[in-house]
Order: sequence, then C-alpha cells, then structure tokens
Amino acid sequence: MSETALFIKGVDKFYGPIDHGVHAVKQLNMDVKKGEIIALLGSSGCGKTSTLRMIAGFEAVSRGTISMKGREVQTFAPVKRNVAMAFEGYSLYPPLTVRENIAFALKASRLSQSVVDEKVANIAKLLEIEDIMGRYPSSISGGQQQRASLGRALIRDADLHLLDEPMGQLEPQLRALLRGRIKHFIKERGLTAILVTHDQTEANALADRIAVMEGGVLQQFDTPQMIKERPANLFTGTFVGEPPMNVFSAGISGTSDTVSFGLNEGVKLDYKASDFSHAVRAELMKRSKVVLGIRPYAVRRSEGGVGAKVAVNQWLGDQTHIAADFAGGTMVLVEHDRTNLTIGETVAIRLDPSSLHVFDGDNGRAISHGQELA
Amino acid sequence: METTSTLEKTLRLIALTLVVIFFMFPIFWIFLMSFQTNETILAIPPSIIFTPTLSNYAALITGKLTTAAGTLDIAFMRNLGNSIFLSVTSVALALVLGVPAAYAFARHKFKGSEDIAFTLLSFRFAPPLLVLLPLTQYFQWLGLSDTYFGLIWVYQLICLPLILWIVRGYFEDISADVEYAYRIAGHSWFATFRKIALPLAGPGIAAAGLLAFIFAWNNFVFALVLASADKQPVTVGALAFVTSSGIQYGQIASAIVLSVTPTLALALYAQRYLVEGLSLGAVKG
Ligand SMILES: Nc1ncnc2c1ncn2[C@@H]1O[C@H](COP(=O)(O)OP(=O)(O)OP(=O)(O)O)[C@@H](O)[C@H]1O
Ligand SMILES: [Mg+2]
Repeated sequence: MSETALFIKGVDKFYGPIDHGVHAVKQLNMDVKKGEIIALLGSSGCGKTSTLRMIAGFEAVSRGTISMKGREVQTFAPVKRNVAMAFEGYSLYPPLTVRENIAFALKASRLSQSVVDEKVANIAKLLEIEDIMGRYPSSISGGQQQRASLGRALIRDADLHLLDEPMGQLEPQLRALLRGRIKHFIKERGLTAILVTHDQTEANALADRIAVMEGGVLQQFDTPQMIKERPANLFTGTFVGEPPMNVFSAGISGTSDTVSFGLNEGVKLDYKASDFSHAVRAELMKRSKVVLGIRPYAVRRSEGGVGAKVAVNQWLGDQTHIAADFAGGTMVLVEHDRTNLTIGETVAIRLDPSSLHVFDGDNGRAISHGQELA
Repeated sequence: METTSTLEKTLRLIALTLVVIFFMFPIFWIFLMSFQTNETILAIPPSIIFTPTLSNYAALITGKLTTAAGTLDIAFMRNLGNSIFLSVTSVALALVLGVPAAYAFARHKFKGSEDIAFTLLSFRFAPPLLVLLPLTQYFQWLGLSDTYFGLIWVYQLICLPLILWIVRGYFEDISADVEYAYRIAGHSWFATFRKIALPLAGPGIAAAGLLAFIFAWNNFVFALVLASADKQPVTVGALAFVTSSGIQYGQIASAIVLSVTPTLALALYAQRYLVEGLSLGAVKG
C-alpha cells in the first residue's frame, strides 16, 4: 500500500457563517495516494475550486480535517503546506514576463541560476510556450496565459499539485498533445496531482481516479472504468459519458419467471427472470419505482424489439447518433456504421439486460449493473 | 478607429479652448500680477502692458514688506517652509499608517470592518469648524497646541481617510489570487504584501499621496487656530498681506505663485502615475 499524500475527512465549506452561509462543500471525504493523478469532475459551481482552495490554504475549512503526510494542515498557512497550484484565473504577476513568472515560483527554493534556467526551459518546451517567454501576461492570449500559469505550478517540486482547469482554454489538438506530455511529466517525477476539468476525455486519459462532485457532495470516487461501468448513482451515470446515458423511469413488476418494467406511454419491457441474478431480482422486487439507464452505444436495433420513432439521424464522421422518441422521452443510439434512417420511421430497439443500469426511483442510488448488484 | 468630421473636430477644439481658458486664466492673471506693483494692478482700465518688477518676490524672500505706512516684517519664507514640512510629514505619516490599514481592510473582511472604514471616512464629512473648538481645548490640555506634532496629528484627519479609501480601492482591484500564487510558492503574507501588493498598488498609492498632499497643503482652518505665527503654513501666512494700510495685491500674487508651484510641479511629475493608477483595473483577473 503506497503512502497517503492527502487525506480529507468530513470537510465542510461554508461561505459566510457556518450552517447559514453558502454550503459549497458538504462532508467531503477523500484520500489521495502519493503519485496518483486525481480528476475532479462536476458541473459548474459544484465546489471543485472551493475544494482545491481549502487544500491550498486560501480558504478556511469550516469543519473537518485535511492531512498531508500524516499531519493535519487545515490551520497551516499556505506557505507551510508545500503545495503548488495553477489558478482558474491564471493569476500571473503582471509586471513580470512569462519566463520570470515561471522562474519566480522557484525563488523560495534557492536553486542555483543554472538549475532554474534549465527547469524553466524544460517547462517552456513541454507546454509549447518557448516563443512567448519574454512577453508580459497582458500581451499574450488566454490560452498562453493558462499554459504560463500551468508552467508556474508544474515547475515546483511540491508534495501536491492542484491544477484548476489547466487546459480549458486550449484547442483540442493542443490539449491532446499536452495531456500526454503532462501525464508523462507527472508520472516520471512521481508527483501527486489533483486536476479540475470539465473535459471527460481529459479526466479519463489523465486520471488514475475520478472524483465526481455535484452540489458540494462527492458522488463517486473511483477509477474511470468503474465510474463508467458501475456508476454509483443516477447523477454519475448521466454526468459521465458522451453522449449521456439514456434514462427512463419505470414501474416494476414480476412473477417467478419474469421481470417487467412499465415505462411511460404504456411501453413495456419484459425480461426473463434468469436475465437477472437472484440477488438483483430480490432487490428489484423490493421496489415499485426505479429508473432504467442504458448507454447509447449499448442500445441495439433488432427484430422484435420495442418500437421507437426516429427524430434525429446524424453521421458524425465516425459514428451515427440516432435519437428516437421512446416512452415519452428520447432514446439515443450510437452506431459505428453510417446509418441512414428516415425521420419519422419506426425502428425496433432492444435493451439488453446485461447493459441495463437500474437506479432507485426515490434516491437515485444504483441498484444493479447488468447481472450484478451495485 | 472612429472617424470624426471636421465640424466635430472644430467644435471639440473650441470647447477645449474655452475650458482651458476658464481654468487657466486666473492662474495666468495672478502670474502677471506677481510682476506688477500695486499701482499698475489697481490702474483702471487694467492693462497687460507694464514694466515687470521683481520687487514683490524680493520682498517675500527678504521678508521685508514695504507699505505706504512703513516697513513690515513678514514670515513668508518661513510659512512656505512650514507648509512643506507639515504637508510632507503628514502625508508620510498617513502613508505609513494608512497603506497597511487599507490593505487590511481590502483583504480581511470581518464583522464591522466596513463600519470602521466608513467611520474613518466620515471624518471627512464633518466641517472642520465643528471639531475645532473641542480640539483646541484638548490640545491645550495635552500641550499639543502650537506644536508641529499637534498639527501633523490634526492633519491626519485630512490625509488618513483619503489615503485609506483610495488605496483600499486599489488593493481590492488586485486579484487576491496573484498574491496567493506568490504565497503558495513559499512566501509569508508580509513578503507578499511588500513584493506583490505594494508594487501593484504603487501608482494608486502615489495618486492618493499626491491628493492628500494637496489637501494638506491647502488646509487653512486647523493651522489658523492651532498654530502661532512661526508654525503657520502659507495659507494662513498670506493673511499678513492684508495690512492696515491696504491689501498688497502684488505680493499676494507672488506669494500665491510661490505656494502653488510645489503642488503644481508635483502634480505634473505625478501625472503619469495618476494615469497609470487609473488604468490599473487591467490587473484584475
Ligand atoms: N467567495 C465566495 N463567496 C461566496 N460564495 C462562493 C465564493 N466562492 C464560491 N462560492 C460559491 O460556492 C459554490 C462553489 O463554487 P466553486 O468555485 O467551488 O465552484 P466550481 O466547482 O469551481 O465551479 P466552476 O466549474 O464554475 O469553476 C458556488 O455556489 C459559488 O457560488
Ligand atoms: Mg472552479
């Protein structure tokens, strides 16, 4: 078991008076191992930046503890935490050039000038900003400022690197290029990083584990694969994955041989009891209302399926996205061939039981993923 | 670039000229007056053709005022020295006290901080005459009346609120994250204040200091009541030109020219800081 770099326990963040102000982060528990890359994923305003700022020491922790290297640090000044951060708003120091801004971060480390120069040159090359090193922050583009700010964080030899949307301003090609380089840079040096991102591809590509947040609450904290295959609740299920998971609320009934889901507009999905394990069936039968989820690429068209009326048929160059009216909602299908369906045409679709995610109708918690219990 | 028609340009030029004449004419006239004797000044009709004389300046500098009734001693040069000393030390003290306070008010909002800041500003609202009488009494008890120390103290009523409020605005305009970025790289908050906040707010601090200097320089009432002749600034000292045998316009004019020069020179020198200070908003982010 490797060493824990960061341990967050029961942390609450209130802006304003405790229990009365804005409750930005709620009872957060999280552990990050040394050398891990964590992606913090969630919609705007869900508390990602607040979390990073508490770890860095710019915002007071309202409740709970934050430990690094086994010491509680939540009351420490930022200077004592040995954390590096790339800010959401870049926050470069205007009177200094990009080079000076990046080198500035090393000032307190008292390295020799030649070492500093070499490190700065490496970072500049890594982030493709060699040509703007002599320019001032006010005279470079947003994406360039963002990379300068990222460079200022990465150059430091800190115990923890906090990167708040470090590549949000970059075009996809550059982002893809830097993603690979940054991952290599972090892993090679054994650094520990938490990065905030809105880009799921980035989270999947970079992170060892993803923390999904919503409304200040950590929804799920797991590997990209687990998050995709076994979403803990309806939020994670629909938030992660492109295009998003199809969800339909359903009533549930069954006999000893069958399991039936009754969707809106009288749509009925009948399965054999053996399509689900005993345990899953037992859990399902305890409820009368559930939410069914299925990933768009898992939806199949097949003879004898349930009818759905095609509303959209888009070829995206490498896959076809089909949206069809289904049970009072929309069912999205992804197919890898170029499909040509007529709008208004009825297709038969089949939801394979092994691809079904079933969530509790009341609290949204996952009940089962295919054959297995959640 | 916007395109302006010739007509618009002409109108703009005329308007600007009018404004400049309106503001500059009194200064220009006083400048002319300072080189004339009382006779040519009071001649009717007034004329701008005259033989310039340096007698007014000579009188001020030597401290000998010749009037119809004889020669008077005036302490103008001493007054000028007092003005410079009082304004410079008052502003310096106000900067030393006010800039850190402004930083604290800008960065650390606590319960009641807004009220305290506002109370400090409200010192500027009260007419000085209102506080003058009790102040005179306190100062007599404390032995502070007619001392430079006491005057500088009272001048803080003028300078401190100005500096506090203006500089606070500049500090608030600096993104706190720029400072955090420095702190997280291993620096104390004090180092951050010195190395990041102060330089970034520099133009604003210069502007506020200049403004406070002008206000201190122009103060009249406090110095009139709280200081005796040898500690009075020029604003009060100029009263000496209203003599029993008439008003010495020529000397008043040259006194004004001499006393306006330092502030004017300072304002011209600091102009670029003022402009820079106003465009500091670009730092926000
Ligand atoms: N200084 C503050 N004072 C009051 N409320 C704040 C403050 N900073 C953030 N909040 C609130 O706290 C919540 C979480 O904000 P936070 O900045 O952590 O979101 P985020 O997840 O980083 O969002 P984004 O993706 O848009 O950057 C939001 O509701 C926000 O309005
Ligand atoms: Mg944020």
